Formats: sequence, structure tokens, C-alpha cells
Amino acid sequence: MIQNLLDGVLTGAIVSLGAIGLTMAMHMLRFANFSYAELMAIGAYVALVFDRLFEALIPAARAAIGPLSLNWALAAALVVAMAATGLSAVAIDRLVFRRIRQRAGPLSMVFASFGVALILRNLITLIFGLKAQLYSQEIAFAVILSRDPLILIKPDQVFVLAAALALMLIFHLVLTRTTFGFALRAVAENPALAQVAGVRLSAMVAAVWMIGGALSAAAGVFYALTNHLAPTMGHNFLLPVFAATIVGGIGSVHGAVLGGFIVGIASGLALQIMPSGYVPAMPFLIILAVLLLRPHGLFGEEQA
Amino acid sequence: MSGPALTVTGLEAGYVRDLPVLRGVSLRLESGSLTAIIGPNGAGKSTLIKAVAGLVPVTAGRVLLGERDITGLRPDLMQGLGIAYVPQTDNVFRSLTIRENLALVLRRAPDRARRLAQTLAMFPPLAERPGLRAGALSGGQRQMLAMAMALAIGPSVMLLDEPSAGLSPKAAAEVLELARGLTGRGVSILLVEQNVRETLRLADHCYILAEGRNQIDGPAERLRGDPVVAEIYLGGRRVAAP
Amino acid sequence: MIGVVSYLAFFLTMAGILAIAVLGLNLQWGNTGLFNGGVVAFFGAGAYGLMILGGRPEAGQFGGFQLPFPVALAGGVLLAALIAWAVGILTLRLRHDYLAIATFGVAVAFESVTRNAEWLTGGAKGLRGFHRPLEAAIGDPFLFSLAFLAMVLAFLAAVYLGLERLVRSPYGRLLRAIREDETAARSLGKNPARLRLAAFVLGSAVMGLAGGLYASFYAFISPQDMAPILTFQIWAMLIVGGAGNNRGAILGAVLIWAAWTGSGFLLARHAPAEFQLYTGTIQYIMIGLVIVGMLMWRPQGLLPERLAISQTGGEAARRSASRDLTGRETE
Ligand SMILES: Nc1ncnc2c1ncn2[C@@H]1O[C@H](COP(=O)(O)OP(=O)(O)OP(=O)(O)O)[C@@H](O)[C@H]1O
Ligand SMILES: [Mg+2]
Repeated sequence: MIQNLLDGVLTGAIVSLGAIGLTMAMHMLRFANFSYAELMAIGAYVALVFDRLFEALIPAARAAIGPLSLNWALAAALVVAMAATGLSAVAIDRLVFRRIRQRAGPLSMVFASFGVALILRNLITLIFGLKAQLYSQEIAFAVILSRDPLILIKPDQVFVLAAALALMLIFHLVLTRTTFGFALRAVAENPALAQVAGVRLSAMVAAVWMIGGALSAAAGVFYALTNHLAPTMGHNFLLPVFAATIVGGIGSVHGAVLGGFIVGIASGLALQIMPSGYVPAMPFLIILAVLLLRPHGLFGEEQA
Repeated sequence: MSGPALTVTGLEAGYVRDLPVLRGVSLRLESGSLTAIIGPNGAGKSTLIKAVAGLVPVTAGRVLLGERDITGLRPDLMQGLGIAYVPQTDNVFRSLTIRENLALVLRRAPDRARRLAQTLAMFPPLAERPGLRAGALSGGQRQMLAMAMALAIGPSVMLLDEPSAGLSPKAAAEVLELARGLTGRGVSILLVEQNVRETLRLADHCYILAEGRNQIDGPAERLRGDPVVAEIYLGGRRVAAP
Repeated sequence: MIGVVSYLAFFLTMAGILAIAVLGLNLQWGNTGLFNGGVVAFFGAGAYGLMILGGRPEAGQFGGFQLPFPVALAGGVLLAALIAWAVGILTLRLRHDYLAIATFGVAVAFESVTRNAEWLTGGAKGLRGFHRPLEAAIGDPFLFSLAFLAMVLAFLAAVYLGLERLVRSPYGRLLRAIREDETAARSLGKNPARLRLAAFVLGSAVMGLAGGLYASFYAFISPQDMAPILTFQIWAMLIVGGAGNNRGAILGAVLIWAAWTGSGFLLARHAPAEFQLYTGTIQYIMIGLVIVGMLMWRPQGLLPERLAISQTGGEAARRSASRDLTGRETE
């Protein structure tokens, strides 16, 4: 029970990171982006490439950081992956979504995002193979927190939770303390007025993709660090991050964070009452419950 | 006064292709003047201002800022040219605080903190609680904040779309007096107003718009005495009565 | 000779079944502007519904009622319609993409049920054993395959004619009116949510019919048959043929199914051995490219819609009236 709760909190942190950019992009561009979660997979695999590269170039970077299985090479690769994934997200928008939104409406973009997801996921499969991979073959030993009930926690998990929370805090400060953050919130609320206030929309759209890509990459690396890399990982997170945005209310960053933890913890606790095979459907049940009880989510505004 | 601050000639603009709302509107905003646009609902007054601000696509005609052609310029660049636009509705960011709203428009100003303080000082009710979310403000205070956001950038041209709508008579009069006062400091103001009588009293020049076209224009004093204007907009007979 | 003919019969049977599903999707997307991200679940509901009602009994397994083919088929269709109704009720009042997300969720949930609920769906091993209509009476497998093809084509023709009549009727015009301008439709005193729900349920029922035919063709169904790629294939068929055009939907089904089987055949034959594992991956990329490429360069498909109300297309008209990011700035 407590073990499941802990695992759920960890999953929740990853889902939250993934959902922050999605909720902003969904609100700003007004379409559900089915290719969004693939950014997590892109980030995780880019980090794999650079991890191997840095390890080969700088042998000293192979040293693990403290008790973690994370080493300096992967830490540096994480930063590179965040930047690279942000740039890929901007590039995909320029290449595909911008062209479509100039001529057609939001639903055509939903449709296109379906296709983009399929392409991205299978390109990753083609390049990296179907098999699951690990950043490090070394076994990270779990620390036993309690024997009865048995509760285990790995140092990597503690790191992931702390790092995810730190990233969310940084983004929160950006949103609430910087004029760049004000501009992001202004565009989300009223794009026309934001332009009047001197905000360039295309720059903000690029910024949202950049931030979303970077946070998703971190989420992908964190998942891969505590589990493994697989080409399907993005796809598997798609429903959870959508559920998190709907629980929180589309457009609400804080809602997405809370929603992510709700989805993660609910999925963790669901293991108590249902066979693990059904857990992928848990976010769907959460979506249904929200649509029944509070269709616009915890913090969402009504929108047509 | 040195030539017009803003010149609009033969402007055609609309929201849907092949369906212009403005069908050839022209006007001149003299430097340092308060020029009003009046007209019935749906005449295209807001559309005219939005087209000048770059928010509605222009299909024909010109907009000049001084000598400079700004027709169809990206709306986010207008602020940098000294044009401030206060929309008729939704003219503040409700989810941002008073201070954040002002900081946003002053984003690029090198002396942001000083200008923010200066602007707040002009509006004591806003200065009292700068941390309040704009969504929690009363209608009058919200309008005040919208004016403050426009003034913060130190504009040379202001486009005000019914700034007194929905306000108490007292607050409405204050807003119009504020606008009148600004022209004394060299700001040129294009004002859309519903209250014709008050507008004709305050404005220097007045344009009457209907169905997307110029109808009548002239100095406000002259229009005040114009029998046609009196008949249509001032409720004919009552003007004649004592 | 019989080999070629029987392959052709198989090809056309599958193409016909898929075309029925594409017609169902066309009613939703093409005519009403509803995005269904879980086509596979409604197709699957028809398939599993048929097998549960019409299959043979197995120990420890619910179902196996051995109901006659028409009843079992109708049951599957009804199941698909019921699921669509429940999802539609919850989402059709909301922002348009909620339906996309919810239907995608249905597909994920459906997959976990098919894989895990062994008592109901047989789990990974699936459900087998179904008395195909007239199989015993005809006897000869080759003749039977022709007869089955004829039945599929008859269903296809019936669905095509029914939908053609529907979209040309006042009801069909209303659907397009709602797609293009919901506010205007509402001002005519119509309830857009109800009309959309009806179109969504009907379209999903048609997909269920296709699924039922699919399951009865193989007399076997398993989670393998219900891979998520099916949704993408059917979408690709619709966008290639031309959304809003029922003939286009059928043409797209035949073309994409031919491209799919053809590319599968070529890859299996000519791709290097170490690559064989990835032939599916390449095919998936191709489907993705077809979808994105069509949307970018020929969104109207090969056979464009003929009944459109406005020339600019519904979404464009709707967009111009709404406050969004895409309208003004030429980035
Ligand atoms: N966003 C929009 N999309 C489509 N048409 C619009 C839009 N805004 C206004 N219109 C139409 O343009 C015409 C002119 O509207 P506008 O708002 O400019 O009038 P107005 O003179 O400002 O009226 P009011 O006194 O009511 O503010 C009206 O027919 C209106 O229906
Ligand atoms: Mg107006």
C-alpha cells in the first residue's frame, strides 16, 4: 500500500512534468496534441546518445554521482536532451502544425498530430530497436525503509522526485516572477490583448514548445532512469498526461501538476484493487470521472 | 500643432473574406487633439480602431502614423511606435495582478520599476492594492487599469474604445476628463463614445460613422449646432425644448 | 488460377470490410467534424460482441451462446453503439478535442480488457470457434469465400446507399451546418449536441458492423487483430479518399489496403533478414506520412467533398470567428 503510494508519487512527478507543456500548448493552440508524449521518448533517447558519447569522450564522467546510478555523463546528457527536444518540438511545429493551422482548423491539427506521433514513434523504433534499454547496467540497490510492511526506495527515485519538483518550482517562479512569465500567462488568457501589450505571438508559441519539449525530455529521462527506455514509452504516457491536463483544467499549469500527481497516485493505488494489466486504463477512468463531475477540471475555465 | 498624428484613408477591413465591415473610411487625428468617433451600434467603430491597431486584416486603404505607413503592421509592434489601444471589452488580463499587468506592458522599458511606480501613482485606487488580481476589480477600477496600461508606455497616440461604457456617471466623467487632460500634454486621442452629448462637449473634432462609411464630420462645436445631428443623435425635439 | 482468384476474393473481402469502417468514420469526421481517436475500439466491440454471442461455449468462459449469425452481428453492432453513446454523452458538449481524447482512452481501455479479461475475451489467446453463415451448406471453401465476399459487398452497398441518402437528407444538411457553424445551427433552434451524438453513435455502429464481419470472416479474434494501427489505417483511408465523400472513402480503403498488403509483401520478400522484424515499423511510418502529407498538401483527398456548404470549408469559417492564435499573425 505505502509502497504503491510511493511509486505513484514518483510516476505522478513524471506525468506532471509531461503535462505542463501539453496543457499550455493545448490551451494556446487549441488542439489536443497526440504527438506530445513522444517528446518524452525523444528526450530519453537523445540523452542515451549523448550519455554514451560523453562517456566515450570523457572517461571521468563515468563516475556515478553519490549513491545514484546517474553519472556525470548522463547528467550532462540530460541538459543536452532538454535543449534538443525543445528545439525538435519547435521544428515539428514549424514543419507541420504551423502550416496546417494557417489553412485549417484545430481538428485537422489533432488529426495531424496522430500521424506525427506514429512517425516519431516508429522512427525511434527503427533507429534504436524494439528492445528496451538502460542507461546504466549497474544495479542500483534499493534502500529498505521498512521491513514490515516492506518499503523499498532507490536513491535514483529520490533524485528523480527532487529534480522533478525543482524543475516545476523553477517554472513556477518563471511564470509568477518574470515578465516573460507574465507574457506567457497573458497569451494564454487573451492572445489579441497580449499582442496589443506588445507580445509577439509566434515567439510565445515557440517558447511554449521549447519549454514543453525540455520538461518532457526531463520526464522521459527520469522515467528511463527509474525504469527503462522503450520506443513505446511516449505512447504509454499519452493517456496519463492527457488525463492530468483534463483533471487540472486545460490551460492551468498548476492544475496539470496537481493532475499529474493525482493520476500517478491513483494508478499506483489501483494496483491494490485491480490486476496490473488494467492499470493503463486507469487514466481513462479518471478522465471519465472528471467529465462526469467537473468537466472543466479543477482549475479550468469553461471554453467552447 | 504639426500636421496629423494619424491619417486613415479609404480603409476597408473586415473579419471574413469578401465581407468588409469598413467600406472606405477616412479620418485625420490632428496632433494633440481629442477626436471622437460616434455612430450607431454595429457601425464599425470598434472595427476601425482594431484595424488601425493591426488586429483586423485591412484589404484596402492606408493608415499613416505621422508620415509613416503602418497599414497592416503586426499588432505587437504598435506599442513600440507609441500607439496605445484600450479595447472596448476584455482590456485587462484578469489572471494577472495589477502590478503584473503593468509590468507586462512595460516589459521592454529600461526603467521599468520607475515607470511602474509613476503610473501607479497616477491612479491611487490601483496603487492601494497592486497585488490584487485584475479579475477581482470593479468595472470602474478595471477601466482605470486599462487606461493605466495604455499610459504606462508614454504613448503619443491613444485609441480608446468606449472607455466610459458600463461605468457610473461619475466614473465615466472622470475617464473622459482624464482623456481631455492628456491632450494638453501632447497626446493625440482617438475616442469612440456612445454618449454623444458629452462627446460633442469635450472633443475637438468628431466623425460620425454608419454602416462602415463616413457620414458627417467636423469640429465638435459645429456638429453640436447641426440640426441633422441634433435630430438623429441628440433626440431632436428635446434639444429644442428649454 | 484459383489461387489468384481466391487471393483476390480475400483481398476484396478485407477491403470491403475496411471500407465499411471508413464509411462509418466518414459520417463522423467527414460529415459532422467529429474526431474519433479510437476507431479500433468500436470495430473491436463489434468483433468481440459477435464472438461472445455467437461463439461456441468454453469452460470458464462467459459467452459462447451460439446465437445465429444475424443476431450475434446485431449484438456486436449494438455494443459498439452503446459504448459510443456513453462516451458521446460525456464529451460532445465540451471542447471538440475532448472527444478525441476520450475515444483514444476508450481504445486503451478496450485493449486492456481484451488482453486481461480472460473470462470474457479469452485474453491473449482470443476467442475462436464461430459457425460462419452458410459455411456448412456451401461446403466448398473456395465457393464459400466467394459467397462471403458477396455478402460483404452487399453490406457495403447497403451502408453506402443508406449513408448517401442520409447525408443528402435534411438531417445530413444539418450535420454539415453544425460542422461549419455551430452557433448558426443553434440559432435555427437545433440542438447540435443531440445531432452530433446521433451521428457519432451511428458512425460507431457502422464500425461495429465492420468488426463483426471481420470476426466472422476469420471465426477468430484476438488482441493481435485489434492493434492500435487499425485506427490509423482507417483514418489514412478516409483522408486519402476524401473526407466527406462516401465514394472517396471506399476508394481510399481499397488503395490503402492495396498499398498496405503490397508493401508488406515486398518488404517480406526483399528486405534483408535482420530487417524483417522492422517491416511493420516501416509500414507504420508510411501510414503516418500518408496522413500528415495529405493534410499538408491535399487535405480534400482524391475525391473532394461535393456537398460542402461553404467553399472555404467549415473549420476555416469557424476559426475566423473564434479568438485564437492562428488568425492574425503571419509568422
Ligand atoms: N470578431 C468578429 N467577427 C465577425 N464579425 C464581427 C466581429 N466583431 C464585429 N463584427 C461585426 O462587424 C460589424 C461592426 O462591428 P463593430 O464592433 O465594429 O461595431 P461598433 O460600431 O463598435 O458597435 P458597438 O457600438 O456595438 O460597439 C458588426 O456587424 C459586427 O457584427
Ligand atoms: Mg464597438
